[in-house]
Amino acid sequence: MAYPEKYKYTKEHEWIEVAGNVGTVGITDYAQNSLGDIVFVDAPKIGSKVEKGAVFGSVESVKAVSDLYSPVTGTVTEVNEELHASPEKLNTEAHSAWIMKVELGDAAELGSLLSAADYEAFIAEETAK
Amino acid sequence: MATDKFVGTTRKVTAHLTQNENLSFEKSSPGKKGYKLAPLDVPEVEASALLDGAVRADVGALPELSEIEIIRHFTRLSTWNYAIDLGMYPLGSCTMKYNPRVNEFVSRLEGIAEAHPYQPESLSQGALGVVKLLQDCLIEITGMDAITLQPAAGAHGEFTGILLARAYHQSKGNARKHVIIPDSAHGTNPATAASCGYQVINLKSNAQGGVDVAALAQMVNEDTAALMLTNPSTIGVFENEIHKIADVLHDKGALLYMDGANMNALVGKTRPGDFGVDVMHLNLHKTFSTPHGGGGPGSGPVACKKILEPFLPSPVLAQGADGLLHWNYDRPESVGRVRMLYGNFGMFVRALAYILANGPDGLRQTTEDAVLNANYIRAKLQDVYELPYNTPSMHEVVFSDKRQTKNGVKTGDIAKRLIDYGFHPYTTSFPLIVPGALMIEPTESESREELDLFVDAMRQIAREVDENPEVVITAPHSTRISRLDETTAARKPVLRWKAPAASTPVEVDTPAKEW
Repeated sequence: MAYPEKYKYTKEHEWIEVAGNVGTVGITDYAQNSLGDIVFVDAPKIGSKVEKGAVFGSVESVKAVSDLYSPVTGTVTEVNEELHASPEKLNTEAHSAWIMKVELGDAAELGSLLSAADYEAFIAEETAK
Repeated sequence: MATDKFVGTTRKVTAHLTQNENLSFEKSSPGKKGYKLAPLDVPEVEASALLDGAVRADVGALPELSEIEIIRHFTRLSTWNYAIDLGMYPLGSCTMKYNPRVNEFVSRLEGIAEAHPYQPESLSQGALGVVKLLQDCLIEITGMDAITLQPAAGAHGEFTGILLARAYHQSKGNARKHVIIPDSAHGTNPATAASCGYQVINLKSNAQGGVDVAALAQMVNEDTAALMLTNPSTIGVFENEIHKIADVLHDKGALLYMDGANMNALVGKTRPGDFGVDVMHLNLHKTFSTPHGGGGPGSGPVACKKILEPFLPSPVLAQGADGLLHWNYDRPESVGRVRMLYGNFGMFVRALAYILANGPDGLRQTTEDAVLNANYIRAKLQDVYELPYNTPSMHEVVFSDKRQTKNGVKTGDIAKRLIDYGFHPYTTSFPLIVPGALMIEPTESESREELDLFVDAMRQIAREVDENPEVVITAPHSTRISRLDETTAARKPVLRWKAPAASTPVEVDTPAKEW
């Protein structure tokens, strides 16, 4: 699956799409593929604060529970309720099934995230290990 | 059974019949029972007169069976099991290592098995003596200064240990903010730190799979409460720079917590107390051969250095001026009680029996044998399975499925195929730092003959992956059911049995149905 160029990525395999002052966050195709079938998503509460690089929730697959790391600092404005009943959307539509929307606390943080090309190079390196 | 697909050795396994068995609920018919009561010789009392509103109007559906039916029910189910008494568990001590029979004999002695928690201390001196001697043995083995046997299991021990660290920092005026945990850690470590109110900082492993001391030194500061470290690590590697790691922490006033999960690779060889550990837990089932996983309650003793002793859970065992052992509750700085009663006392008895039956030299030899067995498997399999870390192995060896994934076979498939060869699967996909991990821990109990059968099976499967991967991907072929739909089971779990709409009524309480 191609990694959309308009998204930014983390080394912890989250993506973020920014529109105005709001970032939409999900996990990458590489992440869902390594996790396997996802059975539960633990998303943050609306209004809660998230911090760049800190855990904001977790995803549970048949293999393991993995933490989700926020790409940005900010306040959660929306969570994708659909994932509660259909967590498999993270497997089938990784790059459109979003987990949360965040009102950005500091737009400058985006500068330290990876571009699609950088991220693809990063996962190529990870896979080669 | 798809015998045509089974090309492996039959030295270990041959198919044999096992009986089908329904749920006890499905076998039930009303009025059946396995006992017969004498006629009532006292006035009958209505339950509602005693219990008022607490009487249940509907007791729900409970299975009703005769004695022989229930005996056969559980005996049949037991024949479906794989057990440590049947063969090797490559999951190792994490799940179950051999439970020596001397442990079981001692724990069933009447005075021990029938002891009651509310027996007066003066009549419990034998039981308290067991606790005291076990405490002393564990303190000597770990090289620590003090211990509590209160925690109910390993993760509870972690929780207690980090509570001690927190109480210690608080006594210095600042509980501190974070706990550092390597990425190879057991998942319970970050859960523990978070439960104790600490932020978790993830420390990446270095190329040898160990702690990067320089990276650690940059992370540790006056906000660091502790580092939680498993040594040997989950990839079975001993942290050679453990003393430097301890120094880095102590320089900033932080503590070194050791997850004692892999202590069975250290007993009699080296002591955490000597290499700088401040607080640690032990898992009696992992290191001291007590039952686990449905076989018995857990036990997670926490040992600590003198500086943490005042904070140990209350009560602590003490010897009075009269020479008798008693529980001391006068512990003003204690973190409090972490559990009410020692319901897992039987585990203390078993662990102590194991320690005394082996003695110091015997314990040292179990450690050596555990390490030797893991390295034997490593040497016999490293030409066919990828070894992600070349660092010498301790009590367990971690391979990856890198060579097998080229043929579309993953660690889970190899594990399932191993069932066809008469072995319980090894640990799959853990530790998480090794993609497609095969973690194998034979433990000290396995003979070379059993290890050779295991090695043969693993080598045979590696050959099948090259020649006929389909047979591995569709395994197991010899079990009553093959692959379960784990995903649907997790997404749409069925958590309880529901009675069918109508069942055939049977006349209640006829003598023919009793016994």
